[in-house]
Amino acid sequence: MTSRQFRRLATRVGFWVLVAVVLIYAIFPFYYAVITSLKPSSELFTVSYWLDSLDVSNYVTIFSQGSFVRAIFNSILVSISVVAIALLLGVTASYALGRVRFRGRTTVMLVILGVSMFPQVAVLSGLFEVIRGLGLYNNPAGLILSYTIFTLPFTVWVLTTFMKQLPMELEEAAIMDGATPWVTITKVFLPLMWPAMATTGLLAFIAAWNEFLFALTFTLTDSQRTVPVAIALISGGSQHELPWGPIMAASVTVTVPLVILVMIFQRRIVSGLTAGAVKG
Amino acid sequence: MASVKLDKLNKVFGHDHIIKDVDLGIGDGEFVVFVGPSGCGKSTLLRLIAGLESITDGELRIGEQVVNDLPPRERGVGMVFQSYALYPHMTVYENMAFGLKLAKTANETIEERVMATARILQLEELLHRKPKELSGGQRQRVAMGRAMAREPRILLFDEPLSNLDASLRVQMRNEIARLHQRLGATVIYVTHDQVEAMTLADKIVVLNAGQVEQVGTPQELYQRPLTKFVAGFIGSPTMNFLPAEMVAGTTEGCRVHANGIGELDLPQDPGRHGAGDALTLGVRPEHLGLAPASGDNSFEIVNVEYLGNEVYIYFEPKDGDTLLIHRSEAPSCWEIGQHAALLPSVANVHLFDSDGCALALISTRDAA
Repeated sequence: MTSRQFRRLATRVGFWVLVAVVLIYAIFPFYYAVITSLKPSSELFTVSYWLDSLDVSNYVTIFSQGSFVRAIFNSILVSISVVAIALLLGVTASYALGRVRFRGRTTVMLVILGVSMFPQVAVLSGLFEVIRGLGLYNNPAGLILSYTIFTLPFTVWVLTTFMKQLPMELEEAAIMDGATPWVTITKVFLPLMWPAMATTGLLAFIAAWNEFLFALTFTLTDSQRTVPVAIALISGGSQHELPWGPIMAASVTVTVPLVILVMIFQRRIVSGLTAGAVKG
Repeated sequence: MASVKLDKLNKVFGHDHIIKDVDLGIGDGEFVVFVGPSGCGKSTLLRLIAGLESITDGELRIGEQVVNDLPPRERGVGMVFQSYALYPHMTVYENMAFGLKLAKTANETIEERVMATARILQLEELLHRKPKELSGGQRQRVAMGRAMAREPRILLFDEPLSNLDASLRVQMRNEIARLHQRLGATVIYVTHDQVEAMTLADKIVVLNAGQVEQVGTPQELYQRPLTKFVAGFIGSPTMNFLPAEMVAGTTEGCRVHANGIGELDLPQDPGRHGAGDALTLGVRPEHLGLAPASGDNSFEIVNVEYLGNEVYIYFEPKDGDTLLIHRSEAPSCWEIGQHAALLPSVANVHLFDSDGCALALISTRDAA
């Protein structure tokens, strides 16, 4: 073997080793969670990387708890509402910010960007008072409101950037055809903005689905909780026992919808994130 | 179809006065071309007529109606954009039907009109394709179809051919001309290409810095430009300009002297100009004769371009740095480095004063 061939082989091997490391780093925790969730609790603390037998008792346990099913329902309600509201407001705002010339447009954009820089903790107590004042405490609507506040800046910013790239003449053609701004948005721009909407919508969904701090603070009873809080509050038989099996089963259950959504939209996400990067 | 009347039209953007007191009448069924260099306001003027920009001052009438404050859809205008601006997610049929649908036209009427338009533009085969599956020329036709389907009173074209390659441009130019003959529609067409303007227009409007320089038929503009700007803009290759001086002006005409040409007796009325006034002599490349050099009155040949049917000969000018051009039928026996005398054909020479205004001809009746 010549040294050149050896070097090529070494490069190739090195590349795949690196890929393997990255894959294990990214996927192994989730894989181990799946494995753990499918083990009976008696085998929980014997380390093994393969499944010898399937045991779905953990899943049965969590789904037999009415509060967990209720939490999934709450999470779906909250996340979908956040996505719907954020996209509706985002698209209309991006039309105004991307298409209508008015004084102070840049200022508005900068304020939007500035708002998104506040950490959640900074506004937590203030927001708590607002939600109490509005009578939304321990109510999914309170979560929808607070998540939308944090999702909107990103949504508006991305959609505005995308909207600015749509050719001006397209809008003018619609105006010549007699379209009102609303018709222009819904009939002409929306069909072209699907990639950007899929991206921002999915990111908003994931953020709302995973959010913990607000969900913990703004809800009180089991029937109003969302999944992340519900999982954290799953308790075992005694104070000193953490029920790892059901926790893992619950985690896997709530991860699956996200994985499916990302798979459905993955192509659009890529085209949404890179839109306008190259002319095409 | 309708006529259009512009009365002291003005457009101001912030501090920029883009359109200045434009007066213009466009007859029913006329093909009018706005032409001028980039930034002259021709596109803005078109957009004012379309209703895409608001009119700062003045009055715009379409037919008998003042339309200053009407939105585009109520003006009865259709527009073809430079980039076509077809709706990418709609088929050709949907593109053409969009405006009609918004106008709440009955479905049968929509189909009838779209099909009729498609037939005229030979788009019948393409009705179910999306714009991305069409060639440049086809997209151009769809853009025209979309503008025509609503049966507007006026069709507006904003540099519609500038995205096409040269051969397709000639072909589409012909199609547009034939379409106009067939439909008899009032058309306003914006271009920076004077060849398009000359070939398509019934009437050309030359714009410069937001003002109308001259309005006339292609022939009038070519043969009798009123200003030096129009003279230089219309015609390819461009008119030759030489600095000249008035030697004597009488009711019979002018005697002028130009460096390198000598003295010429021209049939122009000197008007208020007297001996010693600085003028500019304008001669088109085909109105120059060549003779062997004699004395001081000669120019050096710096380049010869052979174009097959024609030959362009370039001369080093005495003043300035714009080469003088002579145009004649091929073949030519002149070569680079030779000197030749330039003999302008007196009947076709133009004289411009220092403001760029043309001196009028003494009319034939007066001379006789």
